[in-house]
Amino acid sequence: MKATYREALNQALREEMRRDDRVFLIGEDVAYYQGAFKVSKGFLEEFGSRRVVDTPITELGFTGLAIGAAMAGLRPVVEVMTFNFAILAMDQIVNNAAKIRYMSGGQLSVPIVIRGPGSAAHQLAAQHSQSLEAWFCHVPGLKVVAPATPHDAKGLIKSAIRDENPVIFIEAQLLYPMQGEIGDGDYTIPLGVAEVKRPGTDVTLIAYSKMLLVALEAAEKLAQEGIQAEVVDPRTLRPLDLTTLAASAKKTGKVVVVEEGWPFAGLGAQIAESLYRQVFDYLDGPIVRVTGRDAPMPYARDLEDAAIPDADQVVAAAHQVLYRT
Amino acid sequence: MASRVIMPKLTDSMEEGVVVKWRKAEGERVESGDVLAEIETDKAVMDLEAFASGTLRKILVPEGTTVPSGTLIGVIGESDEDIRGILAGAQPSAARPITPRPSPAAVASPEEDKRASPRVRTLAREHGIDLKAVKGSGPGGRIIERDLEPFLTKKEQPTVREVPLSQMRKAIVRMTTQSKAPVPHFYVTIEVEMAEGLRVIEESKKALPSSPISINHLLIAAAARALRQHQGLNASFAGETIRLFSSIDIGIAVALEDGLIVPVLRDCGSKTLAQIAEAERALVARARGRDLSPEEYTGATFLISNLGKFDVESFIAVILPPAAAALAVGSVREVPVVRDGRVEVGHRMMLTLSCDHRVIDGAVAAQFLQTFKQALERARDL
Repeated sequence: MKATYREALNQALREEMRRDDRVFLIGEDVAYYQGAFKVSKGFLEEFGSRRVVDTPITELGFTGLAIGAAMAGLRPVVEVMTFNFAILAMDQIVNNAAKIRYMSGGQLSVPIVIRGPGSAAHQLAAQHSQSLEAWFCHVPGLKVVAPATPHDAKGLIKSAIRDENPVIFIEAQLLYPMQGEIGDGDYTIPLGVAEVKRPGTDVTLIAYSKMLLVALEAAEKLAQEGIQAEVVDPRTLRPLDLTTLAASAKKTGKVVVVEEGWPFAGLGAQIAESLYRQVFDYLDGPIVRVTGRDAPMPYARDLEDAAIPDADQVVAAAHQVLYRT
Repeated sequence: MASRVIMPKLTDSMEEGVVVKWRKAEGERVESGDVLAEIETDKAVMDLEAFASGTLRKILVPEGTTVPSGTLIGVIGESDEDIRGILAGAQPSAARPITPRPSPAAVASPEEDKRASPRVRTLAREHGIDLKAVKGSGPGGRIIERDLEPFLTKKEQPTVREVPLSQMRKAIVRMTTQSKAPVPHFYVTIEVEMAEGLRVIEESKKALPSSPISINHLLIAAAARALRQHQGLNASFAGETIRLFSSIDIGIAVALEDGLIVPVLRDCGSKTLAQIAEAERALVARARGRDLSPEEYTGATFLISNLGKFDVESFIAVILPPAAAALAVGSVREVPVVRDGRVEVGHRMMLTLSCDHRVIDGAVAAQFLQTFKQALERARDL
């Protein structure tokens, strides 16, 4: 069955809300407006205002409220309009969601999903174009998921909702309209499992979320030069499926990590460090990272394009690890 | 009782300290609480106070020297006390002046200086390659995987398994090389319409469900008819003469698990289609059961090899002497054919005749195939 990323999320959330009446959706404009990006289209009609809750513009407040609900036995899905606004809820996410289970000695748990789009869309400027996944990945107690395809989005959001612990689920505005083949009905994809999206032998390209599409485009260009790139999508950023990433790195000995976020202390640095530990003896050279520019996102379209990794940059990085520069 | 003066650990992060200045001299009287020395930590310069009263008997660390926390830097005791025991425990080597550490590159010998990627080192170890022999093409002369390729390909040949020749395989080797090398082969191909042949087979399946006619039966019968007409093909090269056979003895290639055998159907020229069918079934069954005597699989005057059931369009057979020709038969395929300006479904089969040019010439082979084709296309008359 074909579906867009947006429809896949809508289906999955709907199925989960039908399956388990403890699941509810809360956030700004999720009910009457059906979500800023229409992910919750038709939800108010089907589930009513008790389970599809519009909130004031108070990220810290409603996230805290949802964390309390999760501690009391419900399964909230919090929609943040974008992850830029989740910054306002950081105290609740980092200090409560991530720590309650630990600090209560396992007496309490917080089965919550905080979801919404991360990364840049077009010309939303510096404050609304950020890729903050590394912030969340930094915190023990949080799981972080960033699917790139409609199929993965559906299977992973279901696993996130059914997980006993807080999951940060990062979507992307530019992915919402993307179409793809999705599985039928009620399937789940386990958290913490990467997938080889394109097999190859010469160089490993690791990329997630929007950047997976960039890496696949780069792999196609590389194939025209006779270079067979293997593209691996971690899908879950924490816990990271190092086994799958390492197997590919061990095979090719050449690794490029692509991420849209900033380079300094970015997720690619963590992935590279993990790989160095695991497969150092199989690497033919240093791992190369392709990242967003180390600057606030420019508003001007041409500057914005220059600040976000594209396929040509990934191809150039592949040439570099292959010593073909 | 003598008391040890050690470099203190004044903060959590303090690993070492500098004795900036001794405030007491060796032999000077010290009271507990007196400032002994000024110590510089990672954060500040602080006073080091005496924990015992007595005489500062010995200063072990000169001013300006850095030592790790916990190092003995002095001894306080009675003026006549024997402090050799404590001093023996002191480690003057613990005091180390701060000097730049030599870089690894500076101490490496020229051989060890050969840089190689971790992957290269691993591969070299696994394949027993001496990296001294490898020239590096990476940055700064680093040996990278690419540089190892010529050395790796030698080692990484696919494994080869030697299987001893069976007696049958030895016979096949002997027969085919005796044929192909000395016999000047040439090949002629023709396409046959099999619609009529297939109808005959279908009808016989209904009439005789237990022993129907097969394509092989039709092929043998058609070959017998064509050979009767073109006796020059039922022949053999015999050095000074060409031997013409009166009996048409047709060999049929039968695939076995570990090779093939060619049982010979004798005197096909005088047999009806039904007789051919019956004899062929019995002979092939015994061939599959490996129950043939040597005279039953030698001396064919003509050969037929049919790979039709393997969906083969056409192929070329090797002649097995003494025969002078071998017919290779492909599958019957449904193909579009143009007849009278219209496209129809045809049931076509490709036949390729391999001929010994010492005995048979091209035109003769072509005429034989024409007769053969006509016989098959009028299968009902066979």
